[in-house]
Amino acid sequence: MDASPILSARGLNKGFPGTKALTDIDFDLRPGEVHALLGENGAGKSTLVKCLTGAMRRDSGTILLHGQPISPASTLEAQALGIGTVYQEVNLLANLTVAENLTLGRQPRRFGLVDRRAMKAEAEAMLAGYGLAINVNRDLGSYSVAVQQIVAIARAVALSGKVLILDEPTASLDAREVELLFGVVERLRAKGLGIIFISHFLDQVFRISDRLTVLRNGRLIATTEAAEVDRHRLIAMMLGRDLAAQEAAHAPAQLNDAPGMLSFRGCGRRGAVEPFDLEVRQGEVIGMAGLLGSGRTESAELLFGLSPRDTGEARDGDRPLSLASPREAIAAGFGFAPEDRKTDGIIADLSVRENIVLALQARRGWAKPIPRAEQTRLATDYIRQLDIRTPGPEKPVGLLSGGNQQKVILARWLAMNPRFLILDEPTRGIDVGAHAEILRLIRRLVAEGMSLLVISSELEELVAVSDRMIVLRDRRHVAELAGGGLTADRIVDAIAAGDAA
Amino acid sequence: MKRLAPQLLTLAAVIVLISLVFPGFLSVEFSNGRLVGAPIDILKRGAPVALLAIGMTLVIATRGIDLSVGAVMAICGAVAAWAIVGGHGLGAALGLALGAGMLCGIWNGLLVAAFGIQPIVATLILMVAGRGVAQLVTQGTILTFSHEGLAFLGSGSLLGVPVPALIWIAAGAVTGLIVRQTALGLLIEAVGVNPRASTLAGLNTRVLLVAVYLIAGLFAAIAGLIVTADIRGADANNTGLWLELDAILAVVIGGNSLLGGRFSILGSLLGAMIIQSINTGILLAGYPSEFNLVIKAGLVVVILMLQSPRLAQVFALPRRAPLARPKEAGE
Amino acid sequence: MNPRLLPLLATTMIFLLAYAICILQFPSMLSTRVVGNLLTDNAYLGIAAIGMTVVILSGGIDLSVGSVIAFAGVFIAVMLRDTALPPLLVLALLLALTTGFGAAMGGLIHLLAMPPFIVTLAGMFLARGLAYVLSIDSVPIDDPFFKSLQGAYWLMPGKGRLHLIAGIMLASVLVGALVAHRTRFGANVMALGGGEATARLMGVPIARTTVLIYAFSGFMAGLAGIVFAIYTSAGYPLATVGVELNAIAAVVIGGTLLSGGSGYVVGTLIGVLTMGLIQTYIVFDGSLSSWWTKIVIGGLLFLFILLQKALLRLGPR
Repeated sequence: MDASPILSARGLNKGFPGTKALTDIDFDLRPGEVHALLGENGAGKSTLVKCLTGAMRRDSGTILLHGQPISPASTLEAQALGIGTVYQEVNLLANLTVAENLTLGRQPRRFGLVDRRAMKAEAEAMLAGYGLAINVNRDLGSYSVAVQQIVAIARAVALSGKVLILDEPTASLDAREVELLFGVVERLRAKGLGIIFISHFLDQVFRISDRLTVLRNGRLIATTEAAEVDRHRLIAMMLGRDLAAQEAAHAPAQLNDAPGMLSFRGCGRRGAVEPFDLEVRQGEVIGMAGLLGSGRTESAELLFGLSPRDTGEARDGDRPLSLASPREAIAAGFGFAPEDRKTDGIIADLSVRENIVLALQARRGWAKPIPRAEQTRLATDYIRQLDIRTPGPEKPVGLLSGGNQQKVILARWLAMNPRFLILDEPTRGIDVGAHAEILRLIRRLVAEGMSLLVISSELEELVAVSDRMIVLRDRRHVAELAGGGLTADRIVDAIAAGDAA
Repeated sequence: MKRLAPQLLTLAAVIVLISLVFPGFLSVEFSNGRLVGAPIDILKRGAPVALLAIGMTLVIATRGIDLSVGAVMAICGAVAAWAIVGGHGLGAALGLALGAGMLCGIWNGLLVAAFGIQPIVATLILMVAGRGVAQLVTQGTILTFSHEGLAFLGSGSLLGVPVPALIWIAAGAVTGLIVRQTALGLLIEAVGVNPRASTLAGLNTRVLLVAVYLIAGLFAAIAGLIVTADIRGADANNTGLWLELDAILAVVIGGNSLLGGRFSILGSLLGAMIIQSINTGILLAGYPSEFNLVIKAGLVVVILMLQSPRLAQVFALPRRAPLARPKEAGE
Repeated sequence: MNPRLLPLLATTMIFLLAYAICILQFPSMLSTRVVGNLLTDNAYLGIAAIGMTVVILSGGIDLSVGSVIAFAGVFIAVMLRDTALPPLLVLALLLALTTGFGAAMGGLIHLLAMPPFIVTLAGMFLARGLAYVLSIDSVPIDDPFFKSLQGAYWLMPGKGRLHLIAGIMLASVLVGALVAHRTRFGANVMALGGGEATARLMGVPIARTTVLIYAFSGFMAGLAGIVFAIYTSAGYPLATVGVELNAIAAVVIGGTLLSGGSGYVVGTLIGVLTMGLIQTYIVFDGSLSSWWTKIVIGGLLFLFILLQKALLRLGPR
């Protein structure tokens, strides 16, 4: 078990403007092991992998392959050195045949032309031992994702052959397909490859991994033999719950007896989240906890009409609500600050002022513009209130730091004065100061009578702000905790419980 | 104004250059109740491209493109001539032509917004078929008419100024005012920069998209009317031929990015005038007009280089670095 | 069956169906004479469309081909008139020029990271402008060698003439098909059309491939120009305006996805022939007006774009 590592990293650091993505990471991968890399979104898993494969330049630290320092400048270079990567999606080209994908760039040729027969033979040889009986002359896109993943692995192994990095390879596979994939992984492990496996499915991690490394907020939390931790402790490590610590001083919110404001019955969407019920009362914070991919964001998008429900009904008091589009949700007094600010939230080229008034303006319609003076007043108001760090309201929002962008989006919704605001990971990737401000803001909003749904991977934080907690697992709402029962321990239990089954 | 400095400078440079070769270039006289002179000529002849450029600016701001406007000009000119020749009167001619233009715009807009077809592909259909439709209306002939009312649109003048020039200036001013005084401009820019985030903020992205193509169709109709009125006949083969390309060029010269977002209608109009000045100037300066296209090509390449994101990166790096550092230091 | 073949199949079916309808109405259209003319009259378009196919397969577009064809004609005519260079050398020179021209556009597209649409639009202006600069008027070509090229044909059974230029077109289809579907370069083109980011991750040399793609299109446009010069015995700077549009239409009707990554060179040939057939039908009919060609082609474009949209939606399953 103490074979010398095939790939190791020492003291890796990587920062982005506004955040530190990796801090002093040490990492070892042994030949013939499957090493799981765990952590919530933003923990630094993908940054670590990108630094190892040359997709990103590290700020400092060394990477050793067989004890030799390497510094790949691109994934192609890393591949040539022996490190291959397979991502969750976009590895290969769906519009080419399986054989073309496997041999792209090194197709066998005869008289200058691609020798189709030799190419087919070579592709079949590459796939031999992977247990796939497929026609390599068909388009890759006509096969299932599982087959595509295995083809991608076959290509990566053939081109690199020492280290294989699997980044969420099972995210869109069903149980049978996962087994197929794991069969392949086990065979490669037996051949002595070092395999880094990134997944948020703990079942799968325990099923296949020899060792695991947990990252949180860009720091190394632990590296341990997989057999030596249990599910509960692992989740606690990932979510930042120190079990030894005393229960945080949190006065369990009094049970809110305000009448129900919004109610959702049997709302679900096939492939996204199982039907669930949800009551929203005035002036309460509902927390939503669960691991990545457990259906949290999907639930939020469904409530906001972004991907409309295909079952169930929503009611506002005793009136039915349609919620077929964000416009309808907004008209009903909803707001939604999405998880991915860059792609779903900010309009990067537009100014802070324009970003703040955007939703308000959209609701008023194009013909009733908000007077410029009023816009500026709104913007400067929120810049002051939320302490948005910007030289002025006319600065393009894309140039601000992540935390300030998040505040701009919050300001956009606060300007609407919504009844029900959904915050998806509101504190992700922002610095500590802004973090605290956003939590304070949440409390203030609730005091003013707004209802909130907060999704977060930061358990402590979520417990601290929530009156009630919905726990999700495997795209299902599995538990609801409130009052004295609302503790981080209980949440971790609820998340782990199903996994153990 | 600062944003438009490059366009103003280019226009000034073009005019100075032409004046050097052809000293009388800037002189304007008043004769027979009309202003006469090269600048007036530019304002008049530049009308079709200027009008198309207004609509094209909005379309491009949404990260789209409309290849069909030239063909739509032909359709609308044909419809107007057909109505006049058929004795339906000026009102009907104008109404039908503008209606046809808007209908074409809605067709393009629906293909883009509802079917999700790439704009360049969606508008290609009408670009190809539109000229056929126009010929169908004119039955393949040049449908001539003698109707002073309609002809006035193309060759008349008001207070000495040619009517086409007045039309495009008014159209530009009205559109500019509407876009900037209402929230339309902001919403269009938001959709162009980030359609998904815009939808999430409650914008009606689809309706906006249809609207910009509709506006482009409407202005194409007006441009078609002017050209048809000017020659007192609908020439389905040549009306608006390749003007969509000039219009796109005017928008790009006007400093608008083909990748959508921030736009300036004034910039595009300046772009249209730069193009027309080059056309007229080369003619006046006695150069054979064959150099026209070569110069235009050179101009496009230069402007592309100035706009290129990759070159901008190279030049912007030294400037941006100090901006980023304080933030990192703040960690 | 590979779903990629479906659009090609649809194209072929539509062509055969259309031809069958033509023959039912005008039995005389079933002759090698009609077929020979169809190939000869559309030879230059076919050749240009093959270059366009490769460009579109890569996800790009080339608006310059019509202008390049016109430039080629004028260049050949002027060179043969004003210099003593042997005709073959003139042709070789021309092909080198247009290939270099295409390569330069490809280089600019990659270097400036600008949409091919705008860069090739500039190319379109430049080539047309250069044609004007060489001559404003139509320049006749009365070189005996050229005349002999024009007169060369193979008499098919049934008295149909397969002209040399039709032969060049068919040979170009064969070469184009080999380049697109049987070379590493072709695979790289398809990869680029499938997704540039993924292609780069898989090690496709993006810069070189982009330059080669537009160089190939430039070469084919030059060849189309030669064929057009042979066909018309003249060089005229105002000729072949808008041929790029017909070429794009032929490619799309031929079943190639306009957003790139999927299609066949052979499909383009069928697309060109379908468009030619519509024209031939209108000539045979006599009462139908020429504008129906454009309207029908527009309709076919719409049909194919919708068909491919539907296929894309079914695709991932």
